[in-house]
Amino acid sequence: MSEHLLNTVLQIADDHLILGHRVSEWCGHAPMLEEDLSMPNMALDLIGQARSLYTYVAQLEGKGRTEDDFAYLRGDREYRNCLLVERNNEDFAHTVLRQLYFAAFMKPFWEAMHTCSDETLVNISHKAVKEIAYHVRHCGEWVIRLGDGTAISAERMHDAVLALHPYTAELFEIDNNRQQCINSGLFPDSQALQPAWTSTINQIFTQAKLAVPRDEYPQTGGRKGLHTEDFGILLSQLQYMQRAYPGASW
Amino acid sequence: MYSQGLIGADSQPVEDQAFLDAFQRRIDAEEKIEPNDPMPMAYRNTLVRMIGQHAHSEIVGMLPEGNWITRAPSLRRKVALLAKVQDEGGHGLYLYSAAETLGVSREQMTEELLSGEAKYSSIFNYPTPTWADIGTIGWLVDGAAIMNQVPLCRCSYGPYARAMIRVCKEESFHQRQGYELVKSLCEGSADQKAMAQDSLNRWWWPSLMMFGPPDTDSQHSDQSMKWKIKRFTNDELRQKFVDATVPQAELIGLSMPDPDLKWNEEKNNGQGGYDFGEIDWDEFWRVVNGHGMMNKDRIAARKKAWEEGAWVRDAAKAYAAKQKQRTAAA
Repeated sequence: MSEHLLNTVLQIADDHLILGHRVSEWCGHAPMLEEDLSMPNMALDLIGQARSLYTYVAQLEGKGRTEDDFAYLRGDREYRNCLLVERNNEDFAHTVLRQLYFAAFMKPFWEAMHTCSDETLVNISHKAVKEIAYHVRHCGEWVIRLGDGTAISAERMHDAVLALHPYTAELFEIDNNRQQCINSGLFPDSQALQPAWTSTINQIFTQAKLAVPRDEYPQTGGRKGLHTEDFGILLSQLQYMQRAYPGASW
Repeated sequence: MYSQGLIGADSQPVEDQAFLDAFQRRIDAEEKIEPNDPMPMAYRNTLVRMIGQHAHSEIVGMLPEGNWITRAPSLRRKVALLAKVQDEGGHGLYLYSAAETLGVSREQMTEELLSGEAKYSSIFNYPTPTWADIGTIGWLVDGAAIMNQVPLCRCSYGPYARAMIRVCKEESFHQRQGYELVKSLCEGSADQKAMAQDSLNRWWWPSLMMFGPPDTDSQHSDQSMKWKIKRFTNDELRQKFVDATVPQAELIGLSMPDPDLKWNEEKNNGQGGYDFGEIDWDEFWRVVNGHGMMNKDRIAARKKAWEEGAWVRDAAKAYAAKQKQRTAAA
């Protein structure tokens, strides 16, 4: 069982690290000072959650590896994050939408985790749910403002929806590892979270005057370790120091 | 956009001798001057310039350190760096608010920064090529900033003094965090220690320049001291910084890039202090006047963020206007 649990926790740990990395790229470059503060704030939440999750993965594995070994020292085919979180920031519309899509999934996920049977994950879920609820609110507000702002912002928001919506299906994907965890009551059933996610997105999109596209060709692959080309560039930054100075501690 | 209620709300008193004397008596009695109090225009302008420069320094200061967020070598260091850079942004916000109490808007100050009219601390025009620079900036740059800023907690202008109390607490944490980072490099491999020494070599002299020109050349010092905006001169603060920092470097096995550095028993009224070598003021003025390695890149980065973010700010305003109309119509 611990193999299934390890692999599944690793998926969500990677989601949080990689999204945190992307969001952190805004720090100092945001459209206004308030967002120069809220972007690193969200990155801190996400990377903080990733740390708790990697620490748990290391503990489940029991081979003496650390959070940093998992975060920094794997090849790109070994990362299990969904593709949505690795997509480039592009512009502010893409960034807040990507965050909303992810947070609208993680909020009911962590809520459902409260009643699962793994003590460590239950503990993580209580802290994480408060943080992610803020991400839904903050990014939801921005999606509404941009969608119902000016003609230019509406067009950018619309483009972001077209670009990112195909990546949302992967949030609900269940592989064999996750299925085993769901069966044992360790993990929430991702498919069962779909109505909550859809309701959040519909509600925000209605206010933002955006249409929810039909997903005819969903993009997936991250859970199997098949990533987009941009991901390798991300890793080359993330891993640079650890690769350049093997074995050093910082 | 941010302080419309305040802009132009101040009526400027007639600055006759009686008024100036009365103002000076308040300063001498250590009374705090508050936003609605009458004050000489030159006092107001000095504070707007100082607080504005300080705020801009925090904002531009996010860039050299932000340069390493995505490459931080461990998750622990990454979150510490993110939190630190976020703190700097918070200080900027806080200081812009303090400046706004003097009747200047954040937008106006931002435009002055982007046009090159307003200055910010020159130290941020140096590059951060290595990870060690993140530690060195915390240790030396935040350390020098604290030397400058602790006396500002007693500055005669109330909003600035109060803002500085919080800022100093956070800067002091950053300074210790930076020193701890450099210390751990010194305890690491030969490569790591060399990285720390190289970084110290590059940042030491620019850090000493952070205190500004020597007292003999400083344009603003005398009046600012009289108004208790400043409490110590540039050279006094620089000496304090050298005396505090040299033993810290020795403790972790680093050497200062200054062959003339030596202990002098006579200094500081017989308490002892360090003599140090001649600062390259030509370099200082070159960087202040816009010709350091990163001056143009820093402003370009801020301009890019501001210009590329315009559509976002416009959308927020347009949405707010629509909501107002909808509420009125309902």
